[in-house]
Amino acid sequence: MDRRTTIKWMFAAAATVPSLRFGIDAATAGEAAARDVAADQAGYGTDPDLQKEWKAGGPWPLTLTENARATTKALCDLIIPADDVSPAASAVGVVDFIDEWISAPYPQQRGDRPVVLNGLLWIEAESQKRFGKAFPALADAQRAQIADDICSTASKPEFADAAKFFAKFRDLTAGGFYTTPVGMKDIGYRGNVPLEKFDGPPIEALKKAGLA
Amino acid sequence: MSFISSGEADKKGYDVVVVGSGAAGGQTAYTLAMEGARVLMLEAGRNYVPATETPMMQVNAEAPLRGAGTPEKPFGFWDATIDGGWEVPGEPYTSASDDPERQFRWWRARMLGGRTNHWGRISLRNGPYDFKPRTRDGLGFDWPMDYEDLAPYYDKVEMLIGVYGENDGMENTPNSSPGVLLPPPRPLVSDLYFKKHAARLGVPTIAGHRAVLTTRLDHKRLPALLHPGNRKAQAILAADMQKRSACFFATPCGRGCSIRANYQSTTVHLPPALDTGNLDIVTDAMVRAVTKRADGRAEGVVYIDRKTGVEHRVKARIVVLAASALESVRILLNSGVANSSGKVGKYIMDTVGAGLGGQVPMLENMPLHNEDGVSGLHMYTPWWLYKQQLKGSFGFARGYHIEFGGGRDMPGMGTVAGLEWLNGGTYGRKFKEDARRYYGSFFYMSGRGEMIPNEDCYAELDPNVKDKFGIPVLRFHWKWSEHELGQAAHMEKTFAEILDAMGGRYPRKPQPGNKAIKQGGVIIHEVGGAIMGTDPKTSVTNSYGQCWDMNNLFITDGATLCSNADKNPTLTIMALAWRSADHMLSLMKKKEL
Repeated sequence: MDRRTTIKWMFAAAATVPSLRFGIDAATAGEAAARDVAADQAGYGTDPDLQKEWKAGGPWPLTLTENARATTKALCDLIIPADDVSPAASAVGVVDFIDEWISAPYPQQRGDRPVVLNGLLWIEAESQKRFGKAFPALADAQRAQIADDICSTASKPEFADAAKFFAKFRDLTAGGFYTTPVGMKDIGYRGNVPLEKFDGPPIEALKKAGLA
Repeated sequence: MSFISSGEADKKGYDVVVVGSGAAGGQTAYTLAMEGARVLMLEAGRNYVPATETPMMQVNAEAPLRGAGTPEKPFGFWDATIDGGWEVPGEPYTSASDDPERQFRWWRARMLGGRTNHWGRISLRNGPYDFKPRTRDGLGFDWPMDYEDLAPYYDKVEMLIGVYGENDGMENTPNSSPGVLLPPPRPLVSDLYFKKHAARLGVPTIAGHRAVLTTRLDHKRLPALLHPGNRKAQAILAADMQKRSACFFATPCGRGCSIRANYQSTTVHLPPALDTGNLDIVTDAMVRAVTKRADGRAEGVVYIDRKTGVEHRVKARIVVLAASALESVRILLNSGVANSSGKVGKYIMDTVGAGLGGQVPMLENMPLHNEDGVSGLHMYTPWWLYKQQLKGSFGFARGYHIEFGGGRDMPGMGTVAGLEWLNGGTYGRKFKEDARRYYGSFFYMSGRGEMIPNEDCYAELDPNVKDKFGIPVLRFHWKWSEHELGQAAHMEKTFAEILDAMGGRYPRKPQPGNKAIKQGGVIIHEVGGAIMGTDPKTSVTNSYGQCWDMNNLFITDGATLCSNADKNPTLTIMALAWRSADHMLSLMKKKEL
């Protein structure tokens, strides 16, 4: 398929499939965000080894293109940036995780895949349209301008699909981040430590809840 | 005696062959082997070694997809279940209806110890009312026994497996005998907050009961109580109890426990039973049918070696089906035995399940502390409206208990997901602040209620579909009655009221019963299908699980339950299995079998 045909096909698809109805810019519309997942791609099976070390890309291949990974990194670090408490999302492997998620052969992930891939394309197209630059190359304020339009439940109707994508992407980013030791510590998980005895809550916690 | 091959098993003779290795099979084989019977256990799945296979302490970031559930690991990557779930490859079941509300879902595991490796460990006794439900409200069936018949066996099982709890003396929520229960874990902030505010609505809160060792078992006192006069069994059990550690209050029970601090058949029943030298186990042995002798009694079973596909036959004086309620039903139907009543497959029940969760501002920004505890049910609410319900104004019969939870548990994919209903949707530094603020402030309530057996819920053999072994599969029929739907609606309405009392908010309104209720089978408390009774015309077994039509064929799993009280059935299944095994021993001793 040549580039012109590809663009025509994508516009045709966009006209019939609501989830694809982003304002796709001709400059990026023909670019795929990921390689295909094989139709017969196996998962980790019903009896995976629970003691071995699992890495993203191990049980099934990662598929995001380099450009899409760059957009993913910029976007997940916009959602979870470094602050005084913890580093940015990409510092703890969230890009690999999102790639693993959208490349997985299970129904939930296969369903999320087009939402994420189309969203990444939309982000790039929107970035080009507004600022003439790739999203990762934007200044913080420019990225925020796009994010502000799509991050909330009060997003304007023309951003409805982009907002759905953003909500999904935010959940993936947060899931990827807050399950790591760094993320768990950030939000205050203090468990997973073997104890001789379990003392229950400290008095200051009971007081705070009006229980002591 | 130990783990042996199918070829070896064929050549040996046994007193009893037990099909299944979970709560029922484990308890049956344990009691028989400890008391001197020679037992062969057949397990359809692979061998499983908790000491080396359990993922203790791993965090979700170490798992594919951050541990999220998939069809291959439905309860998450670290869940103990092997080769199991709602679908087992090559081993289908079918549904008579295309309507999801009329469908039943069947959870299975194919591993030694079965579902006991991952279960919730919630261990509640049926109360006196639960044995005579028909007498009380005219619905369903009375049991062919009373609470007093089973009470000593509840004590025994609780002492053997280790159950924490307290004796609260509440209506139809029996106390254990003194010295039986282990101390309950300390309540979490969210437990006490629930207790305080639910009490304002008249909803009581008491210590949970779960099969988790909050302290080590008393190996000096308990063995003599469990095996009076049997010094060999006492010595074996005392030695084994010393190998079980107490809970170290970390890592969720659903993964199983390598230190043997909670009950799994593989860590509690099987090790001492194997130590007697009286138990052989063949794994990967998929039983197809019970075989029959010329005199009409059970001869043994025929099974397929999962690895080779070769069919084997074993013989025994007694055959015990403990394959899980519906797998035992399937074996009975495929055997064409024990069904002169026509009741095999009838009266399948699950538990009524509905739930509602919300967010509680008072629980935000709690001072940081470790809330893992025993990973579930430090406290719970037993059904509290017996008297009001008897007056007849509820529109449904039978009750439910509430399992609830909050606090900062190990983060997973859902922990900081979907916050938009609270914060409108944020990103950046604000999102990180929101995550800290809301984590630990969510609170969830699940209702677990009694389903009444009905004529529309049953299993039969599908005439067209076979599994990969060529064995005909089950086809399910399902329909809730107005009692279950009314109960589910009552649950959600009550939970919303409790959340209101807690100053909480929730993302949706309470739903009508048919929307609130979980699909049949989803709570994984399926029982019935070969119910016990007093009349061979209307039941399949007597109170010992002994088949009316074949007196050396016993069923010791949940298939014999003729009602399904809101109390999670596993503890009752084990108590019944112990009682059945005692009966078998007595009949063998008297040479009646």
